[in-house]
Amino acid sequence: MSTAVHQTGSAALDIERIKRDFPILDQKIHGHKLVYLDSAATSQKPRAVIDALVRYYEHDNANIHRGVHTLSVRATEAHDEARETVRCFIQAADANEIIFVRSATEAINLVAETYGRANVGEGDEVLITAMEHHSNIVPWQMLCEEKGAHLRVAPINNAGELELDAFEKLLSPRTRIVAVTHVSNALGTVNPLRKIVQLAHAHDVPVLVDGAQAVPHLPVDVQAIGCDFYAFSGHKVYGPTGIGVLYGKEEILAEMSPYQGGGDMISSVTFEKTTYNVVPYKFEAGTPDIAGAIGLGAALEYISKLGMDKIAAHEHDLLTYATDKVGAIAGVRLIGTARERAGLLSFVMEGVHPHDLGTILDHEGVAIRTGHHCAQPVMDRFGIPATARASFAVYNTREDVDALVEGMRKAQEVFA
Amino acid sequence: MTTELGDLYQEVILEHSKAPRNFRRPVSANHEAEGYNPLCGDRCTVYIDMDGDKISEIGFQGSGCAISRASASMMTQMVKGKTKAEAVKLFEQFHNLVTGKDEAAKADDLGKMAVFGGVSKFPARVKCATLAWHTLQSALEDEKKQEAVSTE
Repeated sequence: MSTAVHQTGSAALDIERIKRDFPILDQKIHGHKLVYLDSAATSQKPRAVIDALVRYYEHDNANIHRGVHTLSVRATEAHDEARETVRCFIQAADANEIIFVRSATEAINLVAETYGRANVGEGDEVLITAMEHHSNIVPWQMLCEEKGAHLRVAPINNAGELELDAFEKLLSPRTRIVAVTHVSNALGTVNPLRKIVQLAHAHDVPVLVDGAQAVPHLPVDVQAIGCDFYAFSGHKVYGPTGIGVLYGKEEILAEMSPYQGGGDMISSVTFEKTTYNVVPYKFEAGTPDIAGAIGLGAALEYISKLGMDKIAAHEHDLLTYATDKVGAIAGVRLIGTARERAGLLSFVMEGVHPHDLGTILDHEGVAIRTGHHCAQPVMDRFGIPATARASFAVYNTREDVDALVEGMRKAQEVFA
Repeated sequence: MTTELGDLYQEVILEHSKAPRNFRRPVSANHEAEGYNPLCGDRCTVYIDMDGDKISEIGFQGSGCAISRASASMMTQMVKGKTKAEAVKLFEQFHNLVTGKDEAAKADDLGKMAVFGGVSKFPARVKCATLAWHTLQSALEDEKKQEAVSTE
């Protein structure tokens, strides 16, 4: 039941206990306790996920949808259960609307290459925003180039928020699809998805949402959002690398042509004609990442038990604390100051290049991301080549933020 | 600072990064190339005035971290007046130094640039240190380089 997934309780999370669920965090880097603030790049994995992978390979490994033998049945059931767990987690109406892919990137490419190719023609338009990750820019650019279509980009303001009026004006009779991020990976901005979907649907334009940076931090309900596609990666939400999810409304998926050809995506094959399988299998050619799907299922179960509302509240507290502390350091400029933010803090420091900061922090045991975060147009928008980005997960504490701030002060001393 | 970190951010490196030398486009420049590190967004343009086979004037511009700026700054000082072959040989020695292949290089022709030996303990920063050199090599080869040379 969907209510079981997003259960909430009154007790706050015991973060120290949660930290112990993540074996990797119990180590020292350059003599300091590891402070991992790079979860937006990839999150660490709880013991429950690692155990699920080991258990699968030690007890149940077999190919799915193939054999009548016991292991194949077990593997198939475990894979099906993972799909149901994902459905429940994002509140999709039906498990057939959940397609397992490699990553959010592949999910977006799948839509661009199938729905996009079929529906975007010469002179048509694809509408994205100025805060997209490269993975939600380049597939559309490639499609537009192939079709002679135009990529339109809705602007963002100085706080890093989407300019909704401008977005609405860019919706034209030629717009064929809107692709927008739920949470910006470079700025932390949370987009007003319901409003965006409402505007797009008023023009009969479907909406794809890149949810890679949202699913770890916020309760997601794709039916409430109303989007037509929702993409995310497993590894950013405590699951293994190599597994991702594309949600699509069943009636749209059913109309779409297949993505890749091969085994499992067919009903019957002769040299004259192949009949394709039904959704979601139509889009899952070849032996999938079975262990990855099972690991992702374990990850979603783990955080569902903690409660997404509680995780969101904890991270909101951390982000507020970090914004105050980091923002108070002289010479620091926060990049991305939207009213609604989640999961991360991007900033630049006067006199200290992000790379140098990253190296110095690493020697304090603090891991952050530095660079353009695969969002070069965002960097251009703010006139900077790179930022430092501290990103949070359920296992982070205020002490982690203090370690970051302390390291930043040390970096300032080096470059004083 | 830890010893390793102190070896990386030596005083001379910090000083060059804050006040880079030859940070300009020489008016007489007849060769140039743009270097780019797509992983971090660092950019560096190297301008050279080649007098026959000799680098008679050199400058650079761009944005990057302390390591890349200091490396570019000190490189321009070092290769000015050198021939193309000498500059290429210095790059080879420098590359060996920062990748930890040649400890002896510290005592050789690199002179002051031996301070970059600390980079070898930071594999993620090797590209920062070599960006300007890659760009120099590209500028030496082509009179006008159309596409940016990449560290990748």
